Amino acid sequence: MSATAVAPVRLVSIGKRYSGTKALDDVSVEVAGGTVHALVGANGAGKSTLGKIVGGVIRPDDGQLYIDDRPVRYTSPREARIDGIATIAQELAPVPRMSVLENVFLGIEPRRRGLVQRRRMRHQYAELTSQWGFELDPNAEVGMLRTADKQKVEILRAVACDARVIVMDEPTSSLTSVETKTLHRMIRTLRGSGRTIVYVSHFLDEVLDLADTVTVLRSGRLVRTAPAAEETEESLVAGMFGVAAEAEHFEKPDGLSAPVLLDVSGLERKGVLRDVSLQIRAGEIVGLAGLVGSGRTELARAIAGADPIDSGTIVVDGKERRIRSPADAMAAGMAFLPESRKDEGLFMELSLASNTTFADLRAVASRFGVLRRAAERVKARSLLNSLSVEPPNPSMRVANLSGGNQQKVLFARWLFRNPRVLILDEPTRGVDVAARAAIHRLINDLAAEGTAVLLISSEIEEVLGLAHRVLVMRLGSITREFSADPPLDAVMEAAFGLGGSTTA
Amino acid sequence: MSTTQPPDPVAGNPVAAGDRVSAEAIAAPRVRWQGRIKAEHIRDYGIVGFAIALFIYFTIASSVFLTKNNLLNLVFQNATIGVAACAVTLTIIAGNFDLSLGSIFVLSEVLAAWAAVHIGVVWAFPVAIVAGALMGTINGLLVTKLRINAFLATLATGLSFGGFAVAVTKGGLLITPTSSVFTFIGQNRVAGVQYPVIIFAVVAIILQLVLAYTVFGRHLYGVGGNRDAARLSGIKVDRTVIITFVITGAACGLAGLIDASTTGSGSSDLGGLGGQLALLAIAGVALGGTSIFGGIGSVWRTVLGVLILGMITNGFDLLAVHDYWQDVVRGILIIAAVGVSSVIDRR
Repeated sequence: MSATAVAPVRLVSIGKRYSGTKALDDVSVEVAGGTVHALVGANGAGKSTLGKIVGGVIRPDDGQLYIDDRPVRYTSPREARIDGIATIAQELAPVPRMSVLENVFLGIEPRRRGLVQRRRMRHQYAELTSQWGFELDPNAEVGMLRTADKQKVEILRAVACDARVIVMDEPTSSLTSVETKTLHRMIRTLRGSGRTIVYVSHFLDEVLDLADTVTVLRSGRLVRTAPAAEETEESLVAGMFGVAAEAEHFEKPDGLSAPVLLDVSGLERKGVLRDVSLQIRAGEIVGLAGLVGSGRTELARAIAGADPIDSGTIVVDGKERRIRSPADAMAAGMAFLPESRKDEGLFMELSLASNTTFADLRAVASRFGVLRRAAERVKARSLLNSLSVEPPNPSMRVANLSGGNQQKVLFARWLFRNPRVLILDEPTRGVDVAARAAIHRLINDLAAEGTAVLLISSEIEEVLGLAHRVLVMRLGSITREFSADPPLDAVMEAAFGLGGSTTA
Repeated sequence: MSTTQPPDPVAGNPVAAGDRVSAEAIAAPRVRWQGRIKAEHIRDYGIVGFAIALFIYFTIASSVFLTKNNLLNLVFQNATIGVAACAVTLTIIAGNFDLSLGSIFVLSEVLAAWAAVHIGVVWAFPVAIVAGALMGTINGLLVTKLRINAFLATLATGLSFGGFAVAVTKGGLLITPTSSVFTFIGQNRVAGVQYPVIIFAVVAIILQLVLAYTVFGRHLYGVGGNRDAARLSGIKVDRTVIITFVITGAACGLAGLIDASTTGSGSSDLGGLGGQLALLAIAGVALGGTSIFGGIGSVWRTVLGVLILGMITNGFDLLAVHDYWQDVVRGILIIAAVGVSSVIDRR
């Protein structure tokens, strides 16, 4: 392997600013060929930015990127792809209306005399999928796939164009643990075939398990690059924050006798939800576990009025409510934090203050709908401060915040309404360890103050750490119920439909 | 794809004094005005600088340009376009589009003239505005309830409205009520200022205030910026969108009334201003820096855009530059304005 003598990727004194904020400052990293090189750091540390610079998605303001010791200056991911560098982005971007097959071969279609050879394309697809152990219908429309499958499309796309370097930005943040294992197996195979993987992640256990080398970033600066074997989770956390993070397992009150705040019964939606019933008491956190596609998100959306239901009743605080829109659910005292803050949550072009108050502008407006902007700023600032959003500047555009802080702003919007029932779909997706811990404490505190919480998460540890009760969904219905702190493998088995009776 | 700074009223200010300072804040310095002109400033306020430069240039190049009469005429000639452009800014910020401006304008003015002749001259005023609002309602319903792409829906309704206008004038082009009441707002002045100029100013100020200072205005930015997020935040998205079309329709009705009153007749001729209104108004919106993808923009920008386009006509007329060169310059200007902001955003 003489090729490994020259580093395929070398970053020298990279700097990048966003409207005055230094996202990266004088960062130099060398990535050795045929290795998995992890970039870790808190949200806003610059790890994603660094990954995007390698992939040609972002251009650095200062410094130089070398590919195979050749100075390059990419203006688009396409140019990087020509050099054999493929990026699998955090926010996946395949062409939604095209098929899996067309997406995988987009731009590299086998062709003869300008015509696409569909048969050869199918043949190559079959080879690729069997080689990498994927099962994915080539004819499925990508827009209809779930995130995990969209990601597979992206990975296939990278290997189809024979990328030598693959940049993966938080690839597992929306995967279940089984899917994560599959992905890691694939990454090892990719490495075995001599490819180089730049792996951006905030899951430290994954990083330690997978990577050969780890680069730690903090606030846009390089902390160190070291062999993964020399690091531990504690050492990485210390590097990322300069302090040790605390464990997150909360005390759970047993035998709650508070009144039932949310009572859902017989919820049906054809092909999605089957006779779902659940109750949540004031102050109770009910966790919803299950595989991706088990109907967790769909249940949350149905209760929150985001998707229509065919039948079933929803009683909030003793009153039956007809919920046909999110506005109805909000009027009933519910708040719903959707799965994707970028697609369904935040208004990226608006300020922190506007994002915070958006769902309840009446609270900062006079009788005739005229906004009291000074009051709005004050209220937004105090809420943002209490959630330790950094920076808590109400005038700043929300797009300029890091992922964890954006998520906190989304929380702020719903807390601004003082909801009685809080429905959280993946509240810590794409969020760093510190922000995650802060959000967990927040959820626990809200419950302690009497809010009923329905918590959905792909990370089963998160559900187990917080929930007072755990419901397991499978194929659109609730199949098991556990009291606080159930054993992890029992929940996993239930999620996969193994062992035990249907309801415990 | 944003083209301007957030129009959002509370955004864009430098950090206020007294901010909490934490360890992270020191590591990642905040945005602070440092007295230097940056790319974002050019993107956001370049258009203001350009307008001032153009104004100064014409003042120097032509002795007539900077006179009260000429400037009033400039605004007067652009009052109808301006009213329509300010209103359609709301529709565009909410993420839609309206190509039927000109046809609403024409049908409204024809109906106003018809009402003046057949019902009574004072009816011209409410008829024009209500007719415009109704046409806007049709557009809004098509776009929201039938989910027809706004571009196509208003292209189609525009055709129909224009056809109706010709039908109302029975194939002829003009209905001429002979009444001084009918021509009152178009041909009179108060304190030396034409009524259309005052109407334009009032419409622009009201719409700017609505956009920047009301709950409804904020909702428009939300709906245009992220429709799903707006819905999940409890906004009645369809209703909000329909209202923007109704406002635009009513404003085009008002513009039609101004035009009819100025010329003294209702014209169904789409070869004139009616045929160009939609494109000129939207050109003004785009030149001002409102994003045609929605979520970003403001009414004062549109006013500036419309006035810059008007200034080019006016100034070049004074300098005896041919019409066609004016069009070439206006076209290049729009591309330059939109291009600069898109290049700056991509960096």
